[in-house]
Amino acid sequence: MNPYIANTADDMRAMLQSIGVRSVDDLFSDIKEEFRPRSFNLPEGRSEQEVVSELDRLARKNAYALKLFIGGGYYDHYIPAAVTALMSRGEFLTAYTPYQPECSQGTLQALYEFQSLICALTRMEIANASLYDGGTALYEAMMMAVRITGKKRVVLDGGVSPIYRKIIRSYTNNLDIALVETPVVHGQAHRPDIKALLNNGTAAVILQNPNFFGAVDDFSDIVAMAGSLGVLTIASVYPASLGLLKPPGDMGVDIVTGEGQSLGLPLHFGGPYLGFMATSKKYMRKMPGRIVGQTVDRQGRRCFVNTLQAREQHIRREKATSNICTNEALCAIQAAVFMSLLGPEGMKEWACLNFSKAEFARKVLEQIPGVEVKRSAPTFNEFTVCLPKDAQDVVEAMIQKGFAAGFPLGRYYPGMDRYMIVAVTEKRTRQDILQYAQALREVLGA
Amino acid sequence: MENKSKGFNIPERKTDSVMDLVFEKSVPGRRGFRGPAPDVEGECSLPQEYCRQTALPFPEVTELDCLRHFTGLSRKNFSVDTHFYPLGSCTMKYNPRFTEDCAKHPGFSQLHPLLPQLRQGEQYSQGALQVLFDMDRLLSEITGMDAFTLQPLAGAHGELTGVMLIAAYHRAKGNDKKIILIPDSAHGTNPASATIAGYETVSIPTDDKGEMDMEILEKNINKDVAAVMLTCPNTLGLFNPGIDRIAGLVHAVDGLMYYDGANLNALLGRCRPGDLGFDVVHVNLHKTFSTPHGGGGPGAGPVGVKKALVPFLPVSRVIQTKDGTFALDYDAPESIGYIASFYGNFGVIVKAYAYILLLGRRGLMETSDHAVVNANYMLSRLKDVLPPAFDRACMHECVLTAKTLLARDVHALDLAKYLIDRGFHPPTVYFPLIVKEAMMFEPTECESKEEMDRFIQALRDGVGLSASNPQVLKECPFTMPISRPDEVRAARDLNANFFQSCV
Repeated sequence: MNPYIANTADDMRAMLQSIGVRSVDDLFSDIKEEFRPRSFNLPEGRSEQEVVSELDRLARKNAYALKLFIGGGYYDHYIPAAVTALMSRGEFLTAYTPYQPECSQGTLQALYEFQSLICALTRMEIANASLYDGGTALYEAMMMAVRITGKKRVVLDGGVSPIYRKIIRSYTNNLDIALVETPVVHGQAHRPDIKALLNNGTAAVILQNPNFFGAVDDFSDIVAMAGSLGVLTIASVYPASLGLLKPPGDMGVDIVTGEGQSLGLPLHFGGPYLGFMATSKKYMRKMPGRIVGQTVDRQGRRCFVNTLQAREQHIRREKATSNICTNEALCAIQAAVFMSLLGPEGMKEWACLNFSKAEFARKVLEQIPGVEVKRSAPTFNEFTVCLPKDAQDVVEAMIQKGFAAGFPLGRYYPGMDRYMIVAVTEKRTRQDILQYAQALREVLGA
Repeated sequence: MENKSKGFNIPERKTDSVMDLVFEKSVPGRRGFRGPAPDVEGECSLPQEYCRQTALPFPEVTELDCLRHFTGLSRKNFSVDTHFYPLGSCTMKYNPRFTEDCAKHPGFSQLHPLLPQLRQGEQYSQGALQVLFDMDRLLSEITGMDAFTLQPLAGAHGELTGVMLIAAYHRAKGNDKKIILIPDSAHGTNPASATIAGYETVSIPTDDKGEMDMEILEKNINKDVAAVMLTCPNTLGLFNPGIDRIAGLVHAVDGLMYYDGANLNALLGRCRPGDLGFDVVHVNLHKTFSTPHGGGGPGAGPVGVKKALVPFLPVSRVIQTKDGTFALDYDAPESIGYIASFYGNFGVIVKAYAYILLLGRRGLMETSDHAVVNANYMLSRLKDVLPPAFDRACMHECVLTAKTLLARDVHALDLAKYLIDRGFHPPTVYFPLIVKEAMMFEPTECESKEEMDRFIQALRDGVGLSASNPQVLKECPFTMPISRPDEVRAARDLNANFFQSCV
C-alpha cells in the first residue's frame, strides 16, 4: 500500500460491510466492462528516496548556475530566506480557496494585505487577489476594457512584451475583437503612431513600462489623449521598478497589470508566477478574479471575506466577468511577505540598486568596440544593445563562458538579429559585470 | 454504541484574537531586510519626471515582526496539514512534502524560462524538458489521450484552452457551430469558459437518477453543437453508465466531447476518458495529483487531446528528437498559439510528476479505490440523518441534502459552521446548485476510518442539535477568532484596500 493511504485491509472490510457491498468492485458497477481501460501501462511505484534521486539527476541536467543577464520580463532577484520559510507553512500551503471565512482568516487577511500593497505600489484604488501570470493578466485587462466600453477595437503598443502580445492574439482569435499594433520603436511608446490609431471606437490602448526594450516612460500624455476619446489606458508594469519609477496611478492609467515574479518568486522555468491587476473603484464590478474585502462579524469584530462574488463564475456561470477560479493565491501571499519585509526604504533601495547596476553595465559595455548601447530613452534595469554580429551567436558563445548574456531580439523581431536586451539585477556584482564585459570582448574579438 | 449525539458541549473559546494588519504594526525606522551596499559608482540618476514623487506607504517591520505576523495569520487557517478537509470537488488530499523538495531544487527553481528559446538553447534545460515530456506521456496514458499540453495554469484555464482547441478544430473543418451543451450540475467554470471562448451555452437538466437527461439532450443535439462539456463522475459524485450514448450522439453531428477532469480521482485505472469517447480532457494537477492548493492556487490544468486535435495544441510543444534529446517545437501552423507565457506552472508540474513516479501504476489504482470506498462509507453512515441527493452508490464524493432541517430553520451553512467548532473543515455547501441545501463530501483516499468516524459523529451531533437546540447552531462557530462575517456589508461598503479605507 502506498504511504498516503490510511485504511488497512481490516478497515476496508468494515467499511464495505457498512456500505453493504461485498467488494470494492461492486462500487464501480456503473463502469461497464467495455469502459475498462484499454491500457494503463505505467511504471511501477518507487520509494521517496528513489524518486528524489531521479529528480535530482534531472535537475542537474539544467544550466542553472549561469550568471543571468537575461530578463525579458522575468528576472533573477534575491529572495530573502524568510519569504521561503513562511511559504512552506502547511497552514498556507495546504489550505484551499477561503470559502469558509471563519477557518480561513489567515489566507483572507494576507490576501487583503497583498491587495493593499499592490494598490500602494501602483497608486491605484483597488486590486484583485491575483491572476495567473503577467501575460494572461494583460489579456484579462483587455477583456475588462471591452466590457466597460462596449467597444471591440484595441490598440497594442509594439513595446509590450512580444510574449504578452502573442497571448492576447491567441485569445482574441475566436472573438470579434480587432487588434491594432503600433510599430516597434526601441525607445518610448511612439506618440504619433498611437495618436493616429486611437479613435472613439477604441476600447483601450495597451502599454508597458518599462517596455520590452527596457525604455522607461511616462504615459500621462497618452492617458489624456486616450481619455478624451473615451479610450481606456492599460499599462503592464514591473513591480521591482516601482520603488523608483513614477507609478501608473500617478499617470492616470485606468487598468494596471503586471508580472509579480520579481516580488519574491523564483524563476522556476516559467511558473508558478503571479499576475496582478489594479484599477479604479468605479470599475471594480467589471474586474475579474477574487477580491477580498474587510467587514465585521456578528460581534462587530473586523474580519475578511471574498467579496463582490456576483462577478464570479461560481455564482454567475456564463455571465461571469471571467472564468477564473483557482488563481495564484500562495504566490500573492509570498509577494505580500516580500513587500512587507522590504518596506518603503527597502523597495526604494532595491529599485535604485537595479537601476545603478544596469547604468554601470551600460557604461562598461559601450566601451567595447563595436557594441552600441541604445540610449534613445532612460532605462531601468534592462537595456538594448546592438552587436557587431548576430546576437544569437554571441549569446551562444557567452554561455560557454558561464553567462546568459541577454535575450536576442531576432527571435521575436525579424530584422533585429544583431540586437539583444541585457538585464542587470541587484544579484549581479560589480565583478560579475566586469567579467561579463571581458567575456564579451573575447567573444567579439574586440 | 455510546450515544454521543447529546454531547454538544462546545469547547471554550480559544484566546486567538483578531489580528492587526501588518500596516498597523509598522514603526517608522524599522526594517525587515537589508540588501547589499552599492558596489558601482553613480547616483540613482533617473530624470525626476520619471520618478516616483510619493512615499511608498509600505509597513516598516523587522524580520521577526514579519515572521510572527504571517505565522500568526497562517494559524488562523484550517488546512489539510492541520484538519480533515472534506471539501467536495476540491480533492483535498495529503500533499507529500518530498515533492516540495523536488520542486525547490535549484536546478529547477533557478532556471530561466527564456534559456530554451536561445538558439540551440534546449541543451541548457534538458532535465526540465524531460519532466514536461514525461508528464505528457504519463498523463496521456492515465487518461487515454494522444497528447497533452502542460501550459494551462489552472483547471479553468485548461477549460478555456480546451474550448479554444474545439473552436480551432471546427474552424479548420469549416464547421460553423455556436453551441456548447453543459449539464446543469456542472462547475460554474464550464459555462464561463465556453462563453469567454465565444460560444453560447445551453444547460441540460439532470434526470431523477442524477444523470444528464437524455431526452432533453437528444432534443438539443443538432448541427450547431460544437461540444458537450462534462464532468465524469459528475458533481453529484455519480458515474453515468450511459456516457457512451452521449458520446455517440455528439459525435454523430461532428461535435466533440470535453472532459472536465476535476473528478478524475475517482477513476484512476478503472476507466479512461479517452476510452469513453472524450476528445479533449483537462486534469487538475492540484487535485488528482496532489500538489498543494495554496489557499487558491497555484494549480495546473494540463489539457489532453485525441489525434485529430493535436495540430491545434498551443505552442510550444516538447518533443523528443532522433538523438533522444528534448526540444521545443514551435512549428505548428494550425496551433491556437500562446495561451500562457511559458511551459506551464512548472514548479507545480514537477511536484505532480514526482507524485506519479512514487505511486506508479498500482499506487494510482489504490488511490481511486480507497477514495471511492471512503466516500461510500461516509454516505452509508450519514444517509439516515441527511438524505442523499440521489440514493445510489457514489464515486469519490457524495452529495447529501440538509433540506430536511429547514423545518427547524437550520441550513446546510449552520451545520458547516458547527463542524468548524468540532475541528473539521466543512464540506462544500450549496453546490451543486441543483440540490437544495447541498452538502458535498470528498474524504479522499488519505483519511482513515477513525478520522471519518469522528467527523461522522460530529455531523450526526449537529443534526441532533438542530432538533434540540437549533439556536446554538445559528450562532456557530464559537471557537474561532470570528464568527459569521457580514458578507452583505463587505460588498456594499467595499473595503478591499487598507489605504483607501484611510482616505
